[in-house]
Amino acid sequence: MSDVLIKKRILKDHLAKLIILAISIIVVVPLVLILGYLIINGLASINLDFITNIPKPVGETGGGILNAILGSGIIILTALILFVPLGIGGGIYVSEFSDTLLSRILRLSIDVLQGTPSIVIGIFTWVICVVPMGRFSALSGSLALGVMVLPIVLKSTEETLKLIPMELREAATALGVPYYRVVLKVVVPAGLKGIASGVLLGTTRISGETAPLLFTAFGNPYMSFNILKPMSSLPLVIYVYATSPYDEWHKLAWGASLILILLVFGINMAARIFFSRRDGR
Amino acid sequence: MNNEVIIDKIFKGSLRAVGLVLLGIPLLLLGVMFFYSLPSIKAFGFRFIVGQTWDPVKGMYGGLPFLVGTLLTSLIALVISFPFSFSTALLLSEYLEGGILANMLKSAIELLAGIPSVIYGFWGLIVLVPLLRKLEMTMGIPPYGVSIFGASIILSIMIIPYASTMSREVMRLVPGDIKEAAYSLGGTHWEVIKRVVIPTSRSGIFAGILLALGRALGETMAVTMIIGNKNQLTFNVFEPGNTMASVIANEFTEASDTLYLSSLIELGLLLFVVTAIINFLGRKIIERYEIKGDDGALLNE
Amino acid sequence: MKESVLFERVILGSTEEAKDIILQLVNLSAYFCESRIVKNINLAIEKNKVTSIMGPSGCGKTTLIRCINRMHEMSPGGTTKGEILLYGKDINNMNAIEVRKKIGMVFQRPNPFPTMTIYENVIAGFILNGIRLPKNIMDEIVEDSLSKAALWDEVKHNLGKRGIYLSGGQQQRLCIARALAMKPDVLLLDEPTSALDPKATAKIEELIVQLKESVTILIVTHNIAQAARVSDNTAFLYLGELVEYEPTKKLFTIPRDKRTEEYLTGKYG
Repeated sequence: MSDVLIKKRILKDHLAKLIILAISIIVVVPLVLILGYLIINGLASINLDFITNIPKPVGETGGGILNAILGSGIIILTALILFVPLGIGGGIYVSEFSDTLLSRILRLSIDVLQGTPSIVIGIFTWVICVVPMGRFSALSGSLALGVMVLPIVLKSTEETLKLIPMELREAATALGVPYYRVVLKVVVPAGLKGIASGVLLGTTRISGETAPLLFTAFGNPYMSFNILKPMSSLPLVIYVYATSPYDEWHKLAWGASLILILLVFGINMAARIFFSRRDGR
Repeated sequence: MNNEVIIDKIFKGSLRAVGLVLLGIPLLLLGVMFFYSLPSIKAFGFRFIVGQTWDPVKGMYGGLPFLVGTLLTSLIALVISFPFSFSTALLLSEYLEGGILANMLKSAIELLAGIPSVIYGFWGLIVLVPLLRKLEMTMGIPPYGVSIFGASIILSIMIIPYASTMSREVMRLVPGDIKEAAYSLGGTHWEVIKRVVIPTSRSGIFAGILLALGRALGETMAVTMIIGNKNQLTFNVFEPGNTMASVIANEFTEASDTLYLSSLIELGLLLFVVTAIINFLGRKIIERYEIKGDDGALLNE
Repeated sequence: MKESVLFERVILGSTEEAKDIILQLVNLSAYFCESRIVKNINLAIEKNKVTSIMGPSGCGKTTLIRCINRMHEMSPGGTTKGEILLYGKDINNMNAIEVRKKIGMVFQRPNPFPTMTIYENVIAGFILNGIRLPKNIMDEIVEDSLSKAALWDEVKHNLGKRGIYLSGGQQQRLCIARALAMKPDVLLLDEPTSALDPKATAKIEELIVQLKESVTILIVTHNIAQAARVSDNTAFLYLGELVEYEPTKKLFTIPRDKRTEEYLTGKYG
C-alpha cells in the first residue's frame, strides 16, 4: 500500500465526515426559521386582550382566542378521561397476559390504529358519533383524539410494566397478596412514572391535531362549555385564520400558533423530565 | 378469603374485557368505513381507482388524481428528506458521542417532530409559498406558489424525525465487535461505516423509510394548506393538486349527497388500508431489531 | 396408619424419639412444562428447627421450596404433583393466598419495595392486603419484627427512610422482617446470602439460628459450610432427587450415600 493511497483514504474519511456534518446542520435551519417566525409574529399579536376575549366578527379589529384555548382544554381533557383508563387497562392486559392470542392480536391492531391517518379517524368518529347525534360536538372531537391517544398510552404502559422486576412481584406474592392487589398496588405504582410520561407524550401528540376535529368538534366562534355542541379549539382557529385572506386574521393565527406550540413543548418537556428520572426507581 | 379469589377472577375478567373492547375499535373502524363506502364501490367499482374525473356536479367520482397526488408528494418528500435523515442518523450514532452538538441536534429533531401539522401548513403558506412563487417566476413557469412541490417540501421536513430516529437506533445496534474487527483490518472510520455499519443496518433504515412513508401518505393539514386543492390529474409538480387526505379535509363537510360522501369515505378507506400495510411491513422489519430505550419513545408517538 | 409408616420412612435414622412435624412433602414432583425438575420427594420438616436443602446448582432445590408456598405455579409452565401437608392439611387444597401468609419467603436477592419506607416495608404484607391496623399495633409489629430480624437497633431512628437506601445485608434482614411480620409458621429462605458479602452473610446466619425459636426455617443453599453451620437437619438433593436426609451432624460426618460424600468433598463443585 503506497503512502499516496493511504493519504487519499484518510482525505476521503475527513471529507465524508464534513459532508455528513454539513447536511445534518441544515436540518436545524427549517426549525430555526419556523420557530423564529412563530416567536416574532406571535409575540407581536399576543396581549392580555388576546387571551381573555373571544373573536370579534369579521371586519372588526382585535378579539381573542379565549374560547379556543378553553375549548382545546375541554376537548383534550374529555379525551383523556375517556381513553386513558382504557389505554392503561389494555397495557396491563398485554403486559400481564402477553402470550395469549388476544394479546397478540391486540398488539397488532393497536399498531394499525397508531399508524392510521388522523383524517381517517376523523371520518370514523363522524360516523359513530356525529351521525347518530345529528350534529357536530366537542364530544365527538374528544372521541377522535381519544382514539389517537389510546395506542400511545397502551404502549407506554406495556413497555413500562414489562421493565418492572420480577422480584418485586414475587416479594408481594410471597406475602400472601392476591394477584389483583399485586398488580394494582405493586406493579402499576412502580411503573407510574413511565405511564404518566406516556400520557403526557400522548397529550402533546393530540393537542396539535387538527384533521380529526374538522368534522367532529367543527369549531365555534362563541364561548361554549357544552360538550354536546360544537366547540372551538386552538388548531381549528389556526387553520381557519391561517387560510383566510385577511392580514388581521393572520395575526391572530400567529398568536394562536405560538400559544399552541408553547403548550405542546411545555407538556413535552414535563414528560421528558419524567422520563429521565424513570431510571432512578 | 374466598372473596379475594372472586375479586381476582373479576379483575382478570375485566382486563380481558378491556382488551376485547380495544380490539373492537380498529375492527369497527374498518367495518363502518367499508359500510359507508359501499354506495361508491357499487357505483364505480374498479373505475374509482382509475377514473380521472372528480366532478360532484355530474356525480362522477374517480380517485386517480388524488392517488397520483398522494404518491407524488410522499415520494418527493422521501427523496428530499432522505439525505438529511440519513446524515443525522449517522452523525448521532457514529460520529458524536454525546456533547453539546449531539444534544442540540437531537433536541432539534425532537422539536421538529413536535410541531403541529397545522403550524407547518401556516408557515409554509406564509413563508414558503411566496418563495416558490418567485422561483417559478424566474423559471418562467406559471407562478402558482401553492403546488405539489411546495407540499412535498413541507412534508419532507415533517418526516425527517421519523426516518432519522429509526435509522439511528438501528445503526446503534450494530455490534461493537464487528466494527472493531473492521478497524483492526486497517479501515478508516468512513470505510467501516460504508462496509459494515450501513450494510448491517440496511433493512432497519429501509423500515424507517417505510414508517416515514406511512406518515407522509396520511399527513393532512399541512398538505391541505399548501397543495392548492385542484382536483385534476397532473404530473407536473409545480401545479396545484390534491391528495387523498387533503381532498377529504376540504370537501367532507360540503359533501351533500350520499354518493359524494361515500366516495370521500372510500378514499379514506383506501388510505387506511395502504398506510396499514406499509406500517405493518415497517414494524415487522423493526421487530427483528428489538429497539429499546428512551429514544424509542419518539417512535411510539 | 399410613402416616406413621411415612414418618419412619422420611425421618431416617431417628426412631428413638417422636418428632414434632410441621410440614410434610409426600411424593412431590415439580415440572416446567414437560420436564420434571423435582422428582418424587418425601420429606418431613421438624417444627422450630432449621432444615437446609443443599445440592449443586440446577438440582431443583429452589424449585422445591417454591412449591412449598405455591410460588412455583406462578412461573410459566410450572406445575406440581403430590402432596404438601402443613399440619397434616394439603396446601394444594388451600387458598394460595392463605398458604403464602402462613409460609413466608425470602429471596436470593434482597427485594424491598423501592417506593416504600423501612416502616412500610415491614408491614407491606398488611398494606398490600388492605388490612388496616391501629397505629400502636402497627408500631408494635414493626419493632417486634425488626428486632427479631436483628435490624431494629440499626434503623430505629430512620424508619421513614426508603428501604432501598440500606446496605445489601440490611435490605435482606428487612426482607426477613417483612416476612416475619405476617407471623408465618414456616419461613422459606432461598439462598438468602448469595448476593451478600461475607460479613453480612455471617450476620444473617447468626440470625437464622436465633429465629428458629419462633419460626420453622427451611433454607436452600449451595454453600456446604452454611448448611453445616446453621441447620439441624440437612437434605441433599441431586438432579431433582432426594439423595439423603439426616440430622446435619450425622450427614456431615457419616454420609450414607456415595453421591453425598462426593458432593461434600467437592466433586460436583
